[in-house]
Amino acid sequence: MFLGSLVYGFINSALLALIAVGFNLTFGISGVANFAYGAIYIFSGFLTWIFLHSLGLNYLLCIAASVFAAALVGMAMYYTIILRVKGMPLSEVMATFGLGLAIMELFRYFDFVGFRYTLPVFLDGSFPIGEVWVDYQRIFIALIAVALTGFLYFFTHHTKMGLAFRAIAQDERTALTFGIESDRIGAFSMAFGSALAAVAAIVILPLGTIAVEGGYEVLINALAVCIVGGLGSTVGVLVASVLIGYAQTFTANYLEPHWMMLVSLAAIAIILAVKPSGLFGKQKELEERI
Amino acid sequence: MGRNRIEKTSILLAVSGLSKSFGGVRAVSGVTFELREGELLGIIGPNGSGKTTLVNLITGFLKPGTGRVNYRGRDITRLAPYKIVGLGIARTFQMVRPFYQLPAYKNLVVPLYSPRVKAMAGGKYGERDSVALDLLEEVGFERDSYVSYKVASSLPQGYLKRLELAKSMALRPDLLILDELFSGLSLAEVASIVPIIEKLRFQGKTIVMIEHRLKELFRIADRIMVLNYGEKIAEGPSDEVMESEPVKKAYLGSET
Amino acid sequence: MPKRKERVDRGIKARSEDIFALSSPREMLYLLLPRAIPVIGLLGLGPFLTPYWQEIFISTAVYALLALSWDMLVSVGLLSLGQSLFYGIGSYVAGSLNHYFGISVLFTIPLATILGGLLSTIVLLPVSRLRGIYFAMVTLVLPLMFSRLVEATRILGGTEGLTGLSPFPNKWAAYYLIQVVLLAVLFGFRRIMASDYGLVIKAINDNDRSVMSAGINIHWHKAQVLFLAAAVGSFAGAFGTHYDMFAGMPGFALDYSIMPIAAAVVGGTGSFAGPLVGAFILVPLSEILRALGALRIVFYGLFLVVFVVALPEGIFHYMQRKYHQFERWVEIE
Repeated sequence: MFLGSLVYGFINSALLALIAVGFNLTFGISGVANFAYGAIYIFSGFLTWIFLHSLGLNYLLCIAASVFAAALVGMAMYYTIILRVKGMPLSEVMATFGLGLAIMELFRYFDFVGFRYTLPVFLDGSFPIGEVWVDYQRIFIALIAVALTGFLYFFTHHTKMGLAFRAIAQDERTALTFGIESDRIGAFSMAFGSALAAVAAIVILPLGTIAVEGGYEVLINALAVCIVGGLGSTVGVLVASVLIGYAQTFTANYLEPHWMMLVSLAAIAIILAVKPSGLFGKQKELEERI
Repeated sequence: MGRNRIEKTSILLAVSGLSKSFGGVRAVSGVTFELREGELLGIIGPNGSGKTTLVNLITGFLKPGTGRVNYRGRDITRLAPYKIVGLGIARTFQMVRPFYQLPAYKNLVVPLYSPRVKAMAGGKYGERDSVALDLLEEVGFERDSYVSYKVASSLPQGYLKRLELAKSMALRPDLLILDELFSGLSLAEVASIVPIIEKLRFQGKTIVMIEHRLKELFRIADRIMVLNYGEKIAEGPSDEVMESEPVKKAYLGSET
Repeated sequence: MPKRKERVDRGIKARSEDIFALSSPREMLYLLLPRAIPVIGLLGLGPFLTPYWQEIFISTAVYALLALSWDMLVSVGLLSLGQSLFYGIGSYVAGSLNHYFGISVLFTIPLATILGGLLSTIVLLPVSRLRGIYFAMVTLVLPLMFSRLVEATRILGGTEGLTGLSPFPNKWAAYYLIQVVLLAVLFGFRRIMASDYGLVIKAINDNDRSVMSAGINIHWHKAQVLFLAAAVGSFAGAFGTHYDMFAGMPGFALDYSIMPIAAAVVGGTGSFAGPLVGAFILVPLSEILRALGALRIVFYGLFLVVFVVALPEGIFHYMQRKYHQFERWVEIE
């Protein structure tokens, strides 16, 4: 039981990290609001399903196409919506949120609910770790999560484009004087974040069904992780995912499964009381923002 | 003119060992000085020497790494900015940012709304608008030109600086810290603001001025303090300070 | 001869707040008319409405209250993506007081308003100290989490909720209660924001550093505004509880979060009258389109996007501009 909790806790943490990392990239690191994140997640899932079943394409091809489509959607959102409300962060949030909502509820309207829509796992079968059997899909999730988080940390700290992502959030004018086209970078950031949502969707959705509720879950979880870990910090997302992931798993295994939600809520409550900007949050208290 | 009046008055502000670092950069390093009531202290130094950071530390916008700030014998080091204002310390900002959408006089409603002003006026206030207009006239907004009614975004820098000064005066402070008030102003504008500062001194207020415009500052300051790389390198009357070696090296660079 | 469009202010003397307003019946009418419309419309039309439309007006009023609460928060710089938090808390407090303690409607509603306001304020206080975006994130997450929490732990009636709660003595009481409160909140909030206090509030939104250095404790002021907005939202929830005779998870539904924002954006944020106008457009509209079911939220979402991006001014500001100014073509000299 303990080993199982340890292993599944790690996988749960990886899952959370995978979900949160794309949101954090766009919103936390680049400062571009993307509250349609959950919608893109679901959208990618459905798109992959459509590609797979209606067009009968090779699975790998479907995945690539979906990720690419998600990136395009992200970029389109930037140029049609964000650009027009640039500089008013509240408007950015509202507009993307409205759009995301419209998309998700549209899917619900067209009856994309229930058990009818699933994505196949990459590889059937399981792998033993000690006496615990873990299915390959979950191992994939863990591996990809670790790889992506590591890559993103490297990307945002050591590559030119990654640094540009951070620059436009800190001081746009200065970034412009360095030759960083803030609009192009912002659009890329949004596209990148959307693509990450798609990757997360494709890896995670095979575990269950594609349901609209999942989109809301993703948004909630991404927000929870970012709130606890601190918006804008890749390390924070990692730590928060591990904390919440393990807490959830242990609660589910040793207490009752339905207390899991309480764990996330409690985490948020504690963080709000102790350090509202998150564990590694870079939000300074008002006084320090001169 | 001003430097002869070194009276035996009480110490208003005592700063000891104040330090603040941002990451690896030591913005302010072990600064210690005292301010007597009624003085005008000028703080000068090259850019990046920590002058504004020092002000932020004193006024509570930054928490220091080490050191203490005592005001009238009371430790105010960790107080919130609004509380420090309530005790009688007001400051202006280097980057002037008024409430752009509001007319000039409405900008003053905010400081006039503060608890300190309410308390000093005995809890009841006359119309804030008319008090605001009087204040603006004091800082040089000509009454009959309706400039006080103009929206702040349409005012030129000279008026914005005066508005900033008026905002701090509205708080009826005992200690006024002016961060680069003269920057961006023409000689004539500076010359027209100096009498206002003299009048404040005459009313018994203590003033600290951070400036780059040395000539104008030296005319009115009692004492000068020089900062460089976050450290205090000289303190005293202006002619003494400008002759000292460290100050010359800081401003002009060394030859060897 | 080429012409240009000229905009002329109308009745400028009458728009000031002082003595000129009383100078002639025409000036007074000019000022009173826009304010009379909602009063007459809501209170006067009451008896003439069919029960169907009465229900719609009540439902609209509930959403309008949430929209007014939202507008108040936005004025101080806090973007709330979760008005349903206030509604749900107010709903559950009123329902609990009624269900577990047998307190009558007369007391549950005022109590729920205050308690709900206090609870919500306490929960959101830490986040209100940070940038508005953080507030948006937390307000989005909290009601969704609370809802799932109730579902999982089965407290407060769980998924079925608290049923069989006390209704209002009669439908007129309900109708007039909410309309009167709506009008009181509308005019009250406008009055507050027009005063010096309101100026300080808007200044906090504009430049909080400046307000802080003016000796004002902005966190305390934000908390006051938060409480005001939360109390109004909780009232809406408490009212809804007794109107539906039910309190449950639907109190935290997305509807109550999205609809007020859409109403405010469509109607014009910052004006309080705008959200009212927006609510009275969107809610009846969605009722008429009820046949489309869940498409409702799709519409809200789309309205939100379109108006935020393309028509940020909002309908009320547009109408206000037209009322106070008129345009005419003049010849260029």
